Amino acid sequence: MRTNLTKEKRKPVDPGSNQPNTLSVSELDRKARFVVMFLILSGMFWLLFGTLLALVASLKMHLPDWLGTAGWLTFGRVRPLHLNTMVYGWASLTGAGVALWMLSRLLKVPVMLRGYIIVAGAVWNIALLVGSVQILAGHSRGIEWLEFPVSTMVVIVLCVIIMSASVVMMLKIRKVKQLYVSVWYLIAAFLWFPLLGLVSSLPIFDTPTVQASMNWWYAHNALGLWFTPVGLAAAYYFIPKVLGRPIYSYGLSLLGFWGLALFYNWNGFHHLIGGPVPTWFVTISISASVMMVIPVVVVAVNHHMTVVGSFRAVINSPTLRFVVFAAMSYTFVSLQGAAQALRSTNEVIHFTHFVVAHAHIGMYAFVTMMLFGACYYIIPRITMREWHSKGLIKWHFWLTALGIVIYTVALQGIGVFQGFAMINPDVPFTDTVTMTIPYLVARSVSGFLMTAGHLIFVWLVFRMVYRPGEQPATPLVWNKIREEFAS
Amino acid sequence: MMRNTILLFGIIATFVIAMFGLTILPKMFIDDAVKEPTYFTPFEVTEGHRIFVREGCIYCHSKQVRPEGFGADFERGWGRASVATDYRNLLPHNLGTMRTGPDLANIGARQPGRDWHYLNLYQPRAINEHSIMPPFPWLFEVVGEEARPGRDGLSLPEQYRVPGSKVLPTDEARYLVTYLISLDQQIAGVD
Repeated sequence: MRTNLTKEKRKPVDPGSNQPNTLSVSELDRKARFVVMFLILSGMFWLLFGTLLALVASLKMHLPDWLGTAGWLTFGRVRPLHLNTMVYGWASLTGAGVALWMLSRLLKVPVMLRGYIIVAGAVWNIALLVGSVQILAGHSRGIEWLEFPVSTMVVIVLCVIIMSASVVMMLKIRKVKQLYVSVWYLIAAFLWFPLLGLVSSLPIFDTPTVQASMNWWYAHNALGLWFTPVGLAAAYYFIPKVLGRPIYSYGLSLLGFWGLALFYNWNGFHHLIGGPVPTWFVTISISASVMMVIPVVVVAVNHHMTVVGSFRAVINSPTLRFVVFAAMSYTFVSLQGAAQALRSTNEVIHFTHFVVAHAHIGMYAFVTMMLFGACYYIIPRITMREWHSKGLIKWHFWLTALGIVIYTVALQGIGVFQGFAMINPDVPFTDTVTMTIPYLVARSVSGFLMTAGHLIFVWLVFRMVYRPGEQPATPLVWNKIREEFAS
Repeated sequence: MMRNTILLFGIIATFVIAMFGLTILPKMFIDDAVKEPTYFTPFEVTEGHRIFVREGCIYCHSKQVRPEGFGADFERGWGRASVATDYRNLLPHNLGTMRTGPDLANIGARQPGRDWHYLNLYQPRAINEHSIMPPFPWLFEVVGEEARPGRDGLSLPEQYRVPGSKVLPTDEARYLVTYLISLDQQIAGVD
């Protein structure tokens, strides 16, 4: 291996060139089929379950007596379980599947340890099930983003470590010389997430304020160091892939990646502005949050310059629609996050619905939409079947996109007013509650739209997996000319 | 090869440095000030805190008061600014991130009456018709009017009363209310 590499160094290297012993793309996909589909389908189960919990929690905000006698369905248990199933079920499992598939393609080696990953995935699902029952039964750990009992968290981390081992093995036997930017992000994600999970489970954070520090260091990094790298890796992969042109700038990719690694890590304490921690800790996080503007703008420019001139393709490709929507949401939510971290803004919007919506732009408009887009590309290639209905994919996109836009506008709009009312001592507190209720109803409506979108998505995947017959002859695009060429 | 070593080293280094900065460093600064071997929390308060966590109160009620001049916490009578020593030995922490309902760091000083809390937990709309707080009827038992002589049921408004019965708090409700009343931000060092 080592001698091979040194020999190759003398030759000019083409990172994309096929070397001997390299499996073809279809062989790689065939090997990845079972493990990747297993992870994606597991994630979809948790997506549906998490969606149901979301609806219950959202309705309870304006119908407080609905299901009011069932302790296990009280808002304070359903809402954290919604977050945990979406984060550790849907986004993590499907994200891991998408990540492993991308690595297989980018490193030109099959997914390693496939059998172990399937066992790990099964154990992960069982852990989620046990953890869900525990939260509903009232045995939550009580720390936001870490409500699953430590036992569940440790099992999940061990499962991720098996996947990380697979990633390291793939890296060792890779058949490409240079590592594409998506690979950097994915390696980082598979190293950062298990470390995060392990540190968060250590019993050393045994005084409340210190635990709160760990809490927000963890929670912010779970998004920033696990979902964001997977999401950005997908954007960096699918945008050039579908457009058939290289990414705009290698230098910008480099700056974006290291900027994220340097600054995102330090963001957590902006959740504790005005809280009982030393001010200078908070100030560090505020500075880091503002510094995040650099990697975010750099990534946005890099993606924009890659897409520029090909906007028709974005409209015509199911994958690109979702991916570009998600990438734009990433830019938006990150810049918003930098602004929110400033003390003057934070004074108003902290403790309001504004932040709830902010979190949903991150986890939904960015991460979830990115995963949808990735699924539209990956599933036909590993199942060797085509999507059945153009119309339904369109419905999926518009229902989910419209849903999250209504969600954001309603909650962030009223969040600002709620914030200003809350910092004005002349406004009675009850008014800060009553003024939000119409917008909480609007949020429930948007929840139903997104639910409909999810059901369509699940139906499309179900048809593909379980009904091999009645195949469309060509891949689906929303472009008349290309359709005519294809037929 | 060199480049990949830098990549792996950088990934781990950026993580570990920030982890140290945001978790271990605060621990070194805060732990000593907060850990008092003689500090004692009564059983009822510990149990009440457990129920507070179990029912997820923290998703709507923060338990941290912002300093005077930053927000209107002080003007609303929510107490002086919280400091690390206000939180000693009850885990998990309950700082919270949301104020769908008011902050609770000082609720014991604002509402010292047990009956107010019982009523608010059994049916929040019996106290404030605009409240969107969930009811917690499983912390109470509904018994016949003649049962448990000597104990008065909650004084519910007409529409929440069931004829011929009375509502009594269970032990869990009593613990929870003891905990809530113990939350008093006027004096230092009470968790």
